[in-house]
Amino acid sequence: YYRAAHSLVHELRAHETNMLEIKTMAGFISYKICRLCFQHNTPLDAIAQFRKHIDLCKKKIGSAELAFEHSAWMSKQFQSFGELFDEAIKLGLTAIQTQNPGFYYQQAACYSQDRKQMAQQLCQAGMTYPSPDPLDTQSGGLDFYGQRPWRQGHQSIDPTDPEKEKMGILALQIKERDVPHSELIIALLSNAVAQFKKYKCPRMKSHLMVQMGEEYYHAKDYTKALKLLDYVMCDYRTERWWPLLTAILTTALRCAYLMANVKDYIIYCMELLGRASTLKEEQKSRIEKNLFKVLMNKVPEAESECDPSSVSAARSLWSDRTALSGSNELTVEMQDYIPFIQCKARFQSPSFHVDQPIQLQVFLRADCPHPVSFSKLTVSLSNQEYNQWCVAESSGEESMTLLPGKPKRYNFSFVAKTEDVGKKVEMTGVEMMLGSDSGRCVFLSWRGAGGDTAYTQEALQASRSSRRWGRGTEARQELDWDSLTLQHSTMIISRVPKICVQLSHQPPALTNEMYCIILTVQSQEEAVAKDVKLTAGLKPGQEAGLGQTTHVTLDGSSVCDDNQPALLTDLPLGDLKPGEKLEKCVYMRCVSTGPRVFLFHVAYSIDTAVEGRHIVCKCHKDETVSVETVVPFEVSVKFVSTKFEPLERVAVDIPFLLMTDILSSSPWPLLLSSSSLQLLTITSNTAQLQSQLQQVVLQTGESASECFCLRCPPGTNSNNTVATGQYVISWRRKSSSADGPLIQTTATLPHVILESVPLYVYADLPSFGRVRESLPVRYHIDNRTAQVQEVEIAVDPSDAFMFSGLKQVHLRVLPGTEQQMLYNYYPLMAGYQTLPQLNISLPHCPTSSSPALRRFLPQRIFVKPQGRQPDDASITAA
Amino acid sequence: MAVCIAVIAKENYPLYIRSVPSQNELKFHYTVHTSLDVVEEKVSAVGKSLGDQRELYLGLLYPTEDYKVYGYVTNSKVKFVIVVDSSNTSLRDNEIRSMFRKLHNSFTDVMCNPFYNPGDPIQSKAFNGIVSGMMVQTG
Repeated sequence: YYRAAHSLVHELRAHETNMLEIKTMAGFISYKICRLCFQHNTPLDAIAQFRKHIDLCKKKIGSAELAFEHSAWMSKQFQSFGELFDEAIKLGLTAIQTQNPGFYYQQAACYSQDRKQMAQQLCQAGMTYPSPDPLDTQSGGLDFYGQRPWRQGHQSIDPTDPEKEKMGILALQIKERDVPHSELIIALLSNAVAQFKKYKCPRMKSHLMVQMGEEYYHAKDYTKALKLLDYVMCDYRTERWWPLLTAILTTALRCAYLMANVKDYIIYCMELLGRASTLKEEQKSRIEKNLFKVLMNKVPEAESECDPSSVSAARSLWSDRTALSGSNELTVEMQDYIPFIQCKARFQSPSFHVDQPIQLQVFLRADCPHPVSFSKLTVSLSNQEYNQWCVAESSGEESMTLLPGKPKRYNFSFVAKTEDVGKKVEMTGVEMMLGSDSGRCVFLSWRGAGGDTAYTQEALQASRSSRRWGRGTEARQELDWDSLTLQHSTMIISRVPKICVQLSHQPPALTNEMYCIILTVQSQEEAVAKDVKLTAGLKPGQEAGLGQTTHVTLDGSSVCDDNQPALLTDLPLGDLKPGEKLEKCVYMRCVSTGPRVFLFHVAYSIDTAVEGRHIVCKCHKDETVSVETVVPFEVSVKFVSTKFEPLERVAVDIPFLLMTDILSSSPWPLLLSSSSLQLLTITSNTAQLQSQLQQVVLQTGESASECFCLRCPPGTNSNNTVATGQYVISWRRKSSSADGPLIQTTATLPHVILESVPLYVYADLPSFGRVRESLPVRYHIDNRTAQVQEVEIAVDPSDAFMFSGLKQVHLRVLPGTEQQMLYNYYPLMAGYQTLPQLNISLPHCPTSSSPALRRFLPQRIFVKPQGRQPDDASITAA
Repeated sequence: MAVCIAVIAKENYPLYIRSVPSQNELKFHYTVHTSLDVVEEKVSAVGKSLGDQRELYLGLLYPTEDYKVYGYVTNSKVKFVIVVDSSNTSLRDNEIRSMFRKLHNSFTDVMCNPFYNPGDPIQSKAFNGIVSGMMVQTG
């Protein structure tokens, strides 16, 4: 029904007089429809209906003098629709970015702005309110909505009373003047902003905030305006939309002017003069003149398009400011804006030696139309003591001026302090003073090394630019501003040392030896190198275990023990005169094999003068050397029987032999000074164990052997594995000095398994025999057991010998005693002959075999041939 | 016919804006700037799908009272925005698409110029010519 009503209303003939009535009715109906649509959860229908309504009513403006009414009505329509939409959202409807109440509020604000404009145009000031009040009616209210109060009761189209009509219109116009337009607009805009914030349209929000700012300006609420505009400016600055930024800045400048806010005025002037501003030359020129007026403490000219009454108010405010009550020093942080002076500062090099003066350059460039002069430039650094060197001041009449577009360079240099070696010196800020101390002065300060909001993008563009390449032959007089980069810190490194450090040594080192490295330091300085200190040893940072197995000492007279550290630090070496040489021997002892890196760090301090100032520099030089350690020799040990047969078990109380073999694997000749046995459990069979390796020199690959006769004393438990002891070798490198220490290397002798032999049969016989000479042999049969042993011995004949003695014998041996048998052998043949073997058996112990019992008996003997008598007849015959 | 054509770099600053001269230029700047909100939203919504031609075209961004704004984004995140008068109902979707395609081709030609730095404002005469052809002719 409502829809039908709506269409009918629009079919009515629209005429100027009843336009308002029609629109009002249409408005009511449309509102109802939309509300129902939202309630029925068909928001698209509501939107469509609203659209239709608006499209139909857009053109029906009505009386031209009251055109503001139309705008007001349109605005109201949008606002009410927005409110409906908002209500629906609160009840659960979801809106999206492109269709939300914010648009409607925005449009409402738009129409309100139109209304304001028309009101200003149509409603002239100074008219008095007509009396009697044509808007009054008898009953106090209207009969029908939308009708004019002075036309009540008339049905016809044409107005009846032209005079009354005019009065009525005038009354409405005057009333309109009193309407607080700006407030209405601002209220609508803030509604819209809230909506857009909700739906994540940040740029729309910024745009509306700009409009709000402008409304505040019109409403003469300058503080709020500036607050909003400031906030919004940051967004546009970072997004680099210069035309929009310029427009906002212009409005802000007007606000600042009318408020006589000196600081903001100056800041906005500076930005409007900068490279981001899209103003024309004349305007920039005008602004620059105003800026200088303010700096010289005079009243600036008014901004254009300002309301004359406010301008006169502002002028009086400015005159107050010139009285300079309160602070007249302002500091402006430049890197948040894009101002008309650009500053780029750099250290000439990322690092300086401490004996070089540090060079610092500050580049300034002005982008405004006229030259700018300033009075002071300072750079502040992280170490405050250097600040005194980085000041450029204008003295007297000569002031420092920047010409537009031409970059100017200021150089500063200073000497670093010794304490700052190894540290970074950073620029904490650059400051420029405009104006003078006596008048108003403004400090422009940049944090770090300069640059501003637009710098990073410009630097990026410049680095991509193809202008950098292809420079070639032409000498560049002008600085290429865009490709200048900031260098805000520099490292101070120590002075280059002028000494010569040499190492001489003979690698590879042998384990456990005192390896000597000779260090030679020669000074090439021109002054005395004071307090030379040496740090020598294992370079830190290698494998973890090497620290434990490396020992360094300066004392080479004896082998250092394991308590010595792997790195000797800060050994004082005294002073070194120019050209003097210093030698030092450092000894290393490496316990394990493998590569090691040794570090020699020579540090000293020297007085130098840099730019007339004395400083003490600490210098140092490092030398590293890699030393491989190898095993000098290998020791192998074996136990053999007295017949030089390998032994698996050692029999108790029976002599056996220990054979040691030393194989040299060292590339250097080794001198084995002596060797000794430290025996446990086992004792020597001979009276004194003497080393057979006294002063033996081994070349690479040679080996030296020794042989000791040992015996395990009776009484030890058999069938045990016993430790035998250690074999100690004293040696040194042949090439090292004779008074050098001897290194003791210990080899642990292998364990032996003992066994006991029940019956020990051994023989006494001479070392050789001679043909046809009798060879007496005495056999001993030793009963080692606690029982009486019955032994049967039979002698096997041998072809090489004739023997006399018992061929077969049956013995009884008492426990612990020995029986002896004496045989006389008569060798028949010369050479290595097999002796007659004894077959020994124990009839009560069938397990023990004859070979086992007779293993201590010799099997062969060397028989010499018959000798010739010296006075043989055959010789004399010849 | 468009009333305003803009090319926006991927850092969201304008490389080229041109609008019908008689109008309030600043208003067009603002319209293009605010439409970037919608563009960003759409671009992030598209996600990781490999863009084919259809997805580069963003369609009608949002209708304001007087203008319709259309958007298009390239693979290198450079955006084109076309603003058209609402009363001009004869322009259909296909025509807008073809306008964008022409713009894109012209832009590619500008990029291919070895003397052109990506990120600098576009000053190519050929590009200007193509854009003039697409703008509303006044007078």
